[in-house]
Amino acid sequence: MIEWTGAIVQGILLGGLYALFAAGLSLIFGVMRLVNIAHGDLIILAAYMGLTTTVLLDVHPFLALLIVVPVMAGLGYVLQRGILNRTLGDDILPPLLVTFGLSVIIQNVLLETYTADPRKLAGGAIETASVDLGGITLGVLPLLTFGIAVAVIAVLQFIFYRTSLGRGFRAVSDNQDIAQLMGLNKAHVFGVAMALALAVVAIAGILLGMRTSFDPAIGGGRLIFGFEAVIIGGLGNLWGTLVGGVILGVAQTIGAKIDPGFQILAGHIAFLIVLAIRPNGLFPRVEH
Amino acid sequence: MPALLSVSGLQKSFGAVVVADKTSFDVSSGEAVGILGPNGAGKTSLFNLITGSLRSDAGSIGFNGTDVTTSSAAARCKMGIARSFQIPQPFGGMTVFENALVGATQGAGLSGRDAEDHALGVLEETGLLARANARAGTLTLLERKRLELTRALAAKPKLLLLDEIAGGLTEAECHSLIDTIKSIHSRGTTIIWIEHVVHALLAVVERLIVIDFGKKIAEGEPKVIMESAEVKEIYLGVDPDV
Repeated sequence: MIEWTGAIVQGILLGGLYALFAAGLSLIFGVMRLVNIAHGDLIILAAYMGLTTTVLLDVHPFLALLIVVPVMAGLGYVLQRGILNRTLGDDILPPLLVTFGLSVIIQNVLLETYTADPRKLAGGAIETASVDLGGITLGVLPLLTFGIAVAVIAVLQFIFYRTSLGRGFRAVSDNQDIAQLMGLNKAHVFGVAMALALAVVAIAGILLGMRTSFDPAIGGGRLIFGFEAVIIGGLGNLWGTLVGGVILGVAQTIGAKIDPGFQILAGHIAFLIVLAIRPNGLFPRVEH
Repeated sequence: MPALLSVSGLQKSFGAVVVADKTSFDVSSGEAVGILGPNGAGKTSLFNLITGSLRSDAGSIGFNGTDVTTSSAAARCKMGIARSFQIPQPFGGMTVFENALVGATQGAGLSGRDAEDHALGVLEETGLLARANARAGTLTLLERKRLELTRALAAKPKLLLLDEIAGGLTEAECHSLIDTIKSIHSRGTTIIWIEHVVHALLAVVERLIVIDFGKKIAEGEPKVIMESAEVKEIYLGVDPDV
């Protein structure tokens, strides 16, 4: 019994990482109706940036965040204003195609630069440190990851509903034309939203790289987990996204408990069940 | 007095439909001007051109001494041009207060406490203070019209464009709206008002411009214009020669 409880708690903590994968996706879809196919590859790109930073500067991955987060945010702003803003319009296809192309480009650049060998960020003692809670042993890193996920979502939620920037996001999301007449520069607002999303991606990438090994090809899988967490939780609801990540994580660890090969499939099955019962997700944002 | 808004030779057509045909007029600072014209005459398109939602094919628009012909809508709002829409288009998912805050922070460039105080002040003036925390999507028609006015005023406009704001209101509602607009104007805000409810328009404006098929066909004192043959022909279908 305690083993199963352990698996569930591990799954909840894993869900924190998935929520981090998903938060950026959710944010940019909410603000500009952009489905970013390159999202998973950007997570892996951030992990490699973390790798280069830790190796070059000989620092801990957590310190690398101080460099990777602003670099990814800057990249997000430039990417949005330079390329993605041009693809946005009434047709949903151009942004899909362009971000798909971006995904291919990122993967190949990473392959050229870092080869296909699996790499890992050296987290040191924290990787193996654990705490014992009533017979359940929990890794410090997964606990920390979950804590960071909750904090990131709380901060995003605060920005969205309590700041002038967030009102700008919501106004543009509600009606782009009117928002522009109220003095909002749509191109800039979108750029800032993408910068924020990629700052979260940077955090997700570094935590992923400390948890497991990564190679240039695994971005697609992270994208799927992110999508599933967003859709299970309900579009446009950030706390729902956290719950979605947790459900996905728990389904995977329980699946792995039954049979190690069943882990990923169990997550997809949980996703399909939620989709069949609640097509709008568990907590869709209610408006109007 | 120098012109606050200077429209010169403005030209815009959608295919064969001409919505602005060499339209030229000036509006002085502090003036209240009414625009009349039949449906489809190009009145709302004129507003779209002035605010920057539409780009003109030819001609120029000057505002406060600057040529804004190619400026973005957002830039024009920050310079002091704000409008209300004939069909209210609030940010439905946000509260009334938040709608006003968007104008105060983005349009007027205020922040923090100043923005909140300004937004609350405007809500008080437009009579929406009691509804400040209501979701904008739940408002009644009159409240939505007032929210249109609120959001525009929150941007601290030098030039306020009102698009049929009195349409669809009851007599009593219309009277209180006229009082609000009069008080806004008396504070020095320049107003251009498109309106079919002529008595409401005449209660406020000092000058009338009449537009038909995108062309300015008359301009002058409201009384004189209302008596003129062109206006009678447009509105009453009377042929002046008969």
